[in-house]
Amino acid sequence: MTNRYQKLLLEAETELFSIYTQLLRIRRIEEAIAKRYSEWEMRCPVHLGIGQEAIPVGVSMHLTKNDHVYSNHRSHGHYFAKGGNLKKMIAELYGKETGCCGGRGGSMHLIDLEVGFMGSTPIVGGTVPLAVGDAWSAVLKGEKRISVIYFGDGCFEEGVVHEAMNFAVLHKLPVIFVCENNGYSVFTQLNERQATRKIINIAEAHGMQTHSADGNDVLEVMEVSYNAIKRARDGNGPQFFEFKTYRWLEHCGPDEDDHLNYRPQGELSTWKDRCPVEKLKKHIVRKDTNYEEQFQLIEKDINIEIDEAFEFAKNSKSPQIDQLGKYIYA
Amino acid sequence: MHKSHDKNLRKLTFAEAIREGIDQAMMDNSDLIVIGEGVPDPKSIFLTTKGLQEKYGSNRVFDMPLSENGMTGVCIGAALNGTSVLMIHQRIDFVMLAMDQIINNAAKWHYMFNGQSSVPIVIRMIVGRGWGQGPQHSQNLQALFAHIPGLKVVTPATAKDAKGMMIAALKDKNPVIFIEHRWLHHIEDAVPEKTYSSSLDKAQVLREGSDVTIVANSLMTIESMKAAGALSKVGVYVEIVDLRSIKPIDSDTILKSVSKTRNLVVVDSSWKTGSISGEIVSLVVETGFDLLDRAPLRIALSDHVVPTSHYLADEYYKDAQYISSQVLDFLSIVDSTNVVGKQLEIHGPKDVPNKEFHGPF
Repeated sequence: MTNRYQKLLLEAETELFSIYTQLLRIRRIEEAIAKRYSEWEMRCPVHLGIGQEAIPVGVSMHLTKNDHVYSNHRSHGHYFAKGGNLKKMIAELYGKETGCCGGRGGSMHLIDLEVGFMGSTPIVGGTVPLAVGDAWSAVLKGEKRISVIYFGDGCFEEGVVHEAMNFAVLHKLPVIFVCENNGYSVFTQLNERQATRKIINIAEAHGMQTHSADGNDVLEVMEVSYNAIKRARDGNGPQFFEFKTYRWLEHCGPDEDDHLNYRPQGELSTWKDRCPVEKLKKHIVRKDTNYEEQFQLIEKDINIEIDEAFEFAKNSKSPQIDQLGKYIYA
Repeated sequence: MHKSHDKNLRKLTFAEAIREGIDQAMMDNSDLIVIGEGVPDPKSIFLTTKGLQEKYGSNRVFDMPLSENGMTGVCIGAALNGTSVLMIHQRIDFVMLAMDQIINNAAKWHYMFNGQSSVPIVIRMIVGRGWGQGPQHSQNLQALFAHIPGLKVVTPATAKDAKGMMIAALKDKNPVIFIEHRWLHHIEDAVPEKTYSSSLDKAQVLREGSDVTIVANSLMTIESMKAAGALSKVGVYVEIVDLRSIKPIDSDTILKSVSKTRNLVVVDSSWKTGSISGEIVSLVVETGFDLLDRAPLRIALSDHVVPTSHYLADEYYKDAQYISSQVLDFLSIVDSTNVVGKQLEIHGPKDVPNKEFHGPF
């Protein structure tokens, strides 16, 4: 598919480096959380998105600060791709006053209203209708923007998602449904949970315009989402993406869990060979020189930023006990 | 009802008062929308939303897919973006499908995101009774909602409060659960024409008395008022505290009344176990034990499913006659000529709210 946008993009090296930086940054942040998790200072469940970075980065390339994003339990990538504040996020994991929820939410409840990251929650399906309502309200108020909701293949089994899709199509709302299909709900494979039919066919039956692509190829994600997001912005109704991808680590926690043998042998390594970060790197390198210096610089800057964020979190104050009963009501 | 002796005051039914409250709130706030199954249909939620779509247009007044949970989420999402929402359910029983969104999102959003956003949504739900509506159309599930931090739960008993509390709820920044008993809808009260807000967290003394405090809410406030009227004929003076809000519960007004009468009867609108009446007895015993002359009495529905057959349901519900006889027993007073009981006797069927009713609901 030749697409003027993609052509321009492929030629724009700075753009490619910027995308690469975002992918690598999310990867390194997740790795840093995993590495330091055993220190017992981040005392909350974490659902790391290593292996799934390309989807939010690719989608968010076409979003502005004014667009709104809702998300789920595996939300770190969604948050950073939308521009969420790193220091506030790490401080949140540390349960500190400076966290994005003042320590009330932890990893499973991220928010950064300044960049349109409206909130993430871990009840599967819980935020899907919220994004639809957000888009509905935008239309009613004449706000020119779209809403995006990220969810997984497991979420597609929740009735509320189908209720939300129906309403979005019924009212032709500017909302983007992003299904990140990583094939597992905790330990349970997709084929043990869903009948053999395509997820996008169900979405299509709801009247949704559907699109799918390799979720580990950020350029493909960008290309597919460029046109679809434009369609939503132009008032053509909701768009549904299914991106296939893969989670490298355990469902919840900092470790690998391949030894538990719930994944077919060799599956994880096959997907690791399709690493979204490496894939883009190879693309950049193939184009010309090896850019070793640039890559090292990117790596260095990211690591400095991450170290600073952890320092910030550790040095931040814990929340005031007398604030415990605050914000029950607005 | 009360305070309606002034003949110059305009009277409205509870249902008309609700409608007027919504209408005035919509006029006041152009970002307020109304949605629910049947809102713009010919029966318009027992006429409580009649004419609103004609007046405010189909961009503010909506019918709704039968997706209680999904649509509650949609309304919460809209509310988080600054659209005030009134969502309506013809039966409280249907709202059980939406408990995830109400409890996990609406009630918690403001707290868990550290006060950065809030959910201005009012969810109206109607409690049914009678005409064989049975197990799944006549429950009062009020205590479930009152259990949840972050929700406000109101249960007006009079038309005046219905309007004022509706307006206050629609101005509130928080999720408000607005529970109406269907049998209140036809009851008239003096209702001011102007826009006004009634308190969402204060009980009120509807009738003053010296011998015993009855704390009640919703339809049971009306039944208790009738009982109090009859009991006065035998020299028993009941003070009626109408709760109005069951979350939060106004303990000050209750304790003040109990300190005066030294006796507490709580008439619950629902089942006994895990109930609002249990909560009220607890708070009085915990903080006002010495105020009481005798152990408090609870009058509540038996802990079983609401039966359909009127032969059974007639015995299941508690009315003014039952309340009055319980109060007499409680105070060890013998009404030997049954003055009270006779006055409160119901002639005709007990499974309809009034003689004009022609069913079904």
